[in-house]
Amino acid sequence: MKNEQKKLSRRGFIRRALYNTAGICVGSITLAAFGKSEDKPIPQMTDDLSEFDWGFIVDITRCIGCGACVRACKAENKVPDSYFRTWVERYEIDANEDVHVDSPNGALDSFKENHVQDKHIVKGFFVPKLCNHCRTSPCVQVCPVGASFVSPDGVVLIDKKNCIGCGYCVQACPYGCRYLSRPPGTADKCTLCYHRIHRGQSTACVLACPRKARVCGNLKDPDSEIRRMLNERPYYMLKPELGTNPKCAYIGLDKEVK
Amino acid sequence: MSGFVFPNELHVIWTVMIVLYPYTTGMVAGAFIVSSLYHVFGITRLRPIARFSLVSSFAFLLFATFPLLIHLGHPERAFNIMITPHFTSAMSGFGFVYMIYGILVFLEIWFCYRADFISHHTAAGGIVKAIYYVLLLGVTEQNEHTDQVDHKMVKALAGVGIPVACILHGYVGFLFGSIKANPWWSTPLMFIIFIFSAVVSGISVLIFLYQFVNWLRKSAIDQDALDVMARLLWGFMIVAVVLELMELLSLAYEQTERWAVLKFLITGPLWYTYVVFQLLICSLGSFLLLSFVTLIRLPKRLSNLLIFISSILLLGQVLLMRWNVVIGGQLVSRSYRGFTSFLPGIFEKEGLVVAAVIFIIPFLLLRQFDKIFPFFTPDIRKSNA
Repeated sequence: MKNEQKKLSRRGFIRRALYNTAGICVGSITLAAFGKSEDKPIPQMTDDLSEFDWGFIVDITRCIGCGACVRACKAENKVPDSYFRTWVERYEIDANEDVHVDSPNGALDSFKENHVQDKHIVKGFFVPKLCNHCRTSPCVQVCPVGASFVSPDGVVLIDKKNCIGCGYCVQACPYGCRYLSRPPGTADKCTLCYHRIHRGQSTACVLACPRKARVCGNLKDPDSEIRRMLNERPYYMLKPELGTNPKCAYIGLDKEVK
Repeated sequence: MSGFVFPNELHVIWTVMIVLYPYTTGMVAGAFIVSSLYHVFGITRLRPIARFSLVSSFAFLLFATFPLLIHLGHPERAFNIMITPHFTSAMSGFGFVYMIYGILVFLEIWFCYRADFISHHTAAGGIVKAIYYVLLLGVTEQNEHTDQVDHKMVKALAGVGIPVACILHGYVGFLFGSIKANPWWSTPLMFIIFIFSAVVSGISVLIFLYQFVNWLRKSAIDQDALDVMARLLWGFMIVAVVLELMELLSLAYEQTERWAVLKFLITGPLWYTYVVFQLLICSLGSFLLLSFVTLIRLPKRLSNLLIFISSILLLGQVLLMRWNVVIGGQLVSRSYRGFTSFLPGIFEKEGLVVAAVIFIIPFLLLRQFDKIFPFFTPDIRKSNA
């Protein structure tokens, strides 16, 4: 008898579903209209670049490996085929603690096929990668002509009119973030969408991410979202033992990620 | 490709030309050091090949930068390295070291051959006389005093040249050894290994050419000079190979994260080029042959043949060493999880055909140089300049 009472009729199910859907819609519209978003827009750039120190956060716990960031970056920066300013890696750890990593075409087309077929995967996660804009950048150090440089607001950039295309910086980057495509025969890498951030816009990858797994901001601003997250959440950097002092922080970084 | 590599690592950007560059500069430095052994350290038995080694060094030097220019994405900006040098980079010193060394070798050749130029100038007529006059900078005077000055200058330049030659080539090793991102390159020993392997390639190419040219001209070789060179080659190759093996041993013994990936590099992508050809066939083979030659009294013809074969083996060994360093280092992913693959192109800009042409040019040039700086004829002066 009790079981029968608990059983939901078809009419009842549809009614509840409609109420719930309507509730979600109304709630979302109300939030959008009156709610205060936590996303602070990146402040408009001033002439004084020393007020800024651009940094980046990748929240691995939020990334779903959709590859939207990779596609956005490719489109925004006209990155040539088979080269990447950003990419996403998929990590799958099986019951034997064997680690399986892949990044098919940099996850440009997301992860459509299973990488590991016959293993019992006990842990899995996605890791977006991009230039770490290191404070002591090996790529800037080794550039023989000074074409690689750190901007006053802390972004590692390349002067393509001066780059001789020797490729030494590509070799020196411990993270595989640089490339040298021909043409144009000059080194290239993530610029943190410098053309956008200095106009107060966010980077293409941050905008494209549907899960807010990427945050770009001014480390010198104590009220910025990036500063707040770094203050509140445990994070780690890639290959800190190399002394590069990366400015890209990873939340939820696993020891298997290099 | 095997395992996982970062997407940008699928492209090997330093290829055949960057293998060729340290190979050629190695010969430059090595050949120069051999000439200095005579001029500075007084190994008089090397006198017959002292001039030859100096001119060879110069011929290789003139073409050593060609592979780099072909490799650069923007060769038209090559001189930026000297116009706007960024001194935190090891590479920024390249132009200066190269230029200093070039001037030094050129001056040494000039002082070495000044007396010859004067005799050519005196004997010749017309345009040739004028050319020699310009080459002599108008100074055609020769006497005992000028010979002494020439000799002193040659000795001083050869003395200064030794550290400069070591810097020129050791610094190429440093370019690789200082890249902390690369587990196969990053070692302070790279600097020293490159210097010793340079001397090995320098002596090898001199032995090869000396025997080959004399065979071609059907002229007698100076057995003493060849024996000394064979001994030097034996000694230097032992040091070069042992240094490289010590580096490998210490890596293997330390069992760090680097070794975890490098052991698969050695037993995988580099098995044939490094273990089989470089270490077993070329290094061990030449070591055994040179040991026979040096330690056992053999008939001259057999001994010379073994020295000749050793020189070829060691030229191959050094070339393979350069390949295994330059290419091998780029095969390892900085993710420490896999290896990319590389096969050289044949007809492309940085392919094998272009590399072979660039490599052969200095040898052809040397043939022409012999007409201007005859290096197998004895010095006409009494002092051993």
